[in-house]
Amino acid sequence: MANFSKSTVPQFSVEVYQNAFLPEGGREVNAIVTVTSTGGGTTGGTPLADAGPSPGSGAGQGPGAAVVLMVDCSGSMDYPPTKMRNARDATAAAIDTLREGTRFAVVAGTHVAKDVYPGDGRLAVADAQTKARAKDALRKLSAGGGTAIGTWLRLADRLLNSADASIRHGILLTDGRNEHESPEDLRAAVESCAGRFTCDARGVGTDWEVKEVTGIAAGLLGTADIVADPSGLAADFTRMMENAMGKEVADVALRLWTPVGVEIRFVKQVAPTVADLTARRTEAGPRAGDYPTGSWGDESRDYHVCVLVPEAGIGQEMLAARVSLILPDPSGAGTPQTLSQGLVRAVWTDDMVASTSINPQVAHYTGQAELAQVIQQGLDARKSGDFDGATAKLGRAVQLASASGNQDTAKLLSKVVDVVDAATGTVRLKAKVAEADEMTLETRSTKTVRVKK
Amino acid sequence: MSQSHQQPALSKCPGCEEPLDAGDLFCGACGYDLSAVPARPGDRPTMAITVPPAGAAAPAAEAVRWPAAAETDSSDVPAPVHRPADLPGTDSGGRPLTGPEHGQQPVPEPTGGPGPVSAAGPVGGAESSAVPVRHDDRAAQDGAEHAGDFALAAPDPRTAEHAAAAPAAPAAGAKVCVACRSGRVDPDGYCENCGHAQPRERDHMEQELGSVAAVSDRGLRHHRNEDSFAVSSTALPDGSPAVVAIVCDGVSSASRPDEASAAAASAANESLLESLPRGTHPQQAMHEAIVAASEAVNALAQEPAGAMEHDAHRHQNAPACTLVGAIMAGELLIVGWVGDSRVYWVPEDRTQPTARLTEDDSWAAQMVAAGLMNEAEAYADERAHAITGWLGADAYELEPHTAAFKPDRPGLVVVCTDGLWNYAESAEEMAAAVPADAQQHPLRAAQVLVGHALDGGGHDNVTVALVPFAVRPQGAGSACETV
Repeated sequence: MANFSKSTVPQFSVEVYQNAFLPEGGREVNAIVTVTSTGGGTTGGTPLADAGPSPGSGAGQGPGAAVVLMVDCSGSMDYPPTKMRNARDATAAAIDTLREGTRFAVVAGTHVAKDVYPGDGRLAVADAQTKARAKDALRKLSAGGGTAIGTWLRLADRLLNSADASIRHGILLTDGRNEHESPEDLRAAVESCAGRFTCDARGVGTDWEVKEVTGIAAGLLGTADIVADPSGLAADFTRMMENAMGKEVADVALRLWTPVGVEIRFVKQVAPTVADLTARRTEAGPRAGDYPTGSWGDESRDYHVCVLVPEAGIGQEMLAARVSLILPDPSGAGTPQTLSQGLVRAVWTDDMVASTSINPQVAHYTGQAELAQVIQQGLDARKSGDFDGATAKLGRAVQLASASGNQDTAKLLSKVVDVVDAATGTVRLKAKVAEADEMTLETRSTKTVRVKK
Repeated sequence: MSQSHQQPALSKCPGCEEPLDAGDLFCGACGYDLSAVPARPGDRPTMAITVPPAGAAAPAAEAVRWPAAAETDSSDVPAPVHRPADLPGTDSGGRPLTGPEHGQQPVPEPTGGPGPVSAAGPVGGAESSAVPVRHDDRAAQDGAEHAGDFALAAPDPRTAEHAAAAPAAPAAGAKVCVACRSGRVDPDGYCENCGHAQPRERDHMEQELGSVAAVSDRGLRHHRNEDSFAVSSTALPDGSPAVVAIVCDGVSSASRPDEASAAAASAANESLLESLPRGTHPQQAMHEAIVAASEAVNALAQEPAGAMEHDAHRHQNAPACTLVGAIMAGELLIVGWVGDSRVYWVPEDRTQPTARLTEDDSWAAQMVAAGLMNEAEAYADERAHAITGWLGADAYELEPHTAAFKPDRPGLVVVCTDGLWNYAESAEEMAAAVPADAQQHPLRAAQVLVGHALDGGGHDNVTVALVPFAVRPQGAGSACETV
């Protein structure tokens, strides 16, 4: 742990928002856990282009980072040809954003994966020379072949784990469906890479499958987005890379300890996006389980924890769950480091006012999670021709987005439906919807806003 | 004080309470695996089953413990000596409160209270342990222990683990959960196995000081004890003893009511310990004490609540509490109150009339006083218990009520919160609940009264202080000057 001195590890704080009071017979305890990491060597969001040299995982120089850029080079990237050109430019821009000393590689993805730079099955160390060579190699990229994203991920995994870097990140760009391998192959590849590196995924154009891209990002704890217009790629890649360079600590897990008899209903990340982590628990000692959260820079995320406690009489109090942030020992042998923790309590009361009030944070994020769900259901219904169902679901989405102040989502919704009355959720489906608008809504449906404080 | 006795590892089955024989491996009645019950740590505090004999109920003059700070500060304006005749006091508040001790001696209650909920295993039955009486440290009275973090609430007042962070407490690892008997208690005061909160020191408090005794209990329906009390004795300038009992009830709908009641009781007590020895008339002193308590509660409103607590419901109102107090000074009985905590007078000769000495600051009392409802109607209304006067920064106007009485016969002064009088509202009901020997054994009588409230349902925290009032026979050498 010598490298994790105060100067480089962000400080984590955990805050718990809940109404601990339950009525007689009440069992369900909801809590919003806000995790904030600050300080350390993070930049607070400023660009890192001019950050000083940071040779790998050298002592005191911050954690070593390694990034693999996966660029779709399938034949469809040539239709229109600007797509391939923009992808090259975007990748070059991302390479420019690399911090000196970061290990990196570029993978050209078709029905097979090929590491086009440095090309020797290892990672290059970023400096002016290697960056220039990488950009040279990009110019030789040409479109042709199929799409088998699973092979790209497996190659990225091999490359990233050939180096000893604590922050391991991938950036994946695709423009088409994963047509040259089975969905099972892709799923297996994502599962095998989960926990080994994090990955942001981007779909360019409108010919790709939203669920494939969001599935990759969710499985690998990264972001998913659409870049409908290829000319927007460079800015997006730069932003993604800056974000990746801002990460200071990797493999952080949310550890949930629950007493005997307590049942976990769900554990979800609810901000900045909704992501259900319930099924991703790994047992960690008696009555404790870890949920992966990936790597952290200067940021704040919210989690919604819902547990069922055994019934208890009025006046009783118990600890329903203990939430902590865990950093595993790098050697894998020692005990993990607890970064911060918070307590979720349950108190039974006959005070109806206390037990029936809903914590505003819990209410807000319950609404945000429902918002993501009804958008997905509404778009699915629309695709399958169930226009009544789609109208009802998307109407509810408009209502939720408007009530919670999620203006970005409200704006995206208004491109798919005509809003008659946002407060009541009265909408009409638009007869003609641009495919890009529908895909944007679907991809970004999980984005949430935080509760107004 | 407390009885400690060594006890074999288990005398009863933890599952079904069946008595066990030495060497049993399984319970003969329910088959409970006794080997699964962890051995109790040797240094575990044990619980007082019996009440300490009220041997101190001797004549008050001899039992008085003199407080340390009984002198008049020379920088102070000398307090005028009031005659008992100059009754209604004027407000002279604004005196800063710096307060020395009053020792509280919490003794866990041996019976009563709900069974703890056990997720993992059977409930630990009647415990045989005894806790040595401990003196509350000052930090606890300042409310620091309870600052926004009630991690130490108790599921079961029957059992005696003190999870509170008392300095003398053994290492947290040595404690075993009172609810499941198998998990250890973590530093936050919860069981590592079943998650149940462990009892706090404040869940049940008892104190006996000379002839005055007080008991406070969390009750059966509240998750923490928001009541507080203070009892003390001092001497008037002429050397005659004065006994003080203060009882406060935190307002649950306000934030940190437990801190409010503790601060008020402590501040009022300190104020009286300062003013009575200086010769301030007891009724005036009571008035000042209520004002001082009010200021102490007001001061809490400025302090931030516990950092980790984001409990909007509890943080809307400034801390608040009621206060009721009684002073026995010479042949005078002074009562003072704000809110709906009460004082009853129960004469030793039960054939004599009993009386309630306070008038609630409550909706019901106001309705009755205004002649809009009769008492039965008013108290049947759901608004009956809404209080119209309290100590706290959001009180409209502080109106301390005081009254002076000169009992002509011996009797018992019952100072209590509504947690008790809800189960014995009229003076007659209260007198019926008071044991016949209360005069001689006030602590035991206070325990009986708390038990009465718990038997009735224990819906609120219960606190009662008992002050036996002895009328000295003429010429018994009392230094008290009669007026």
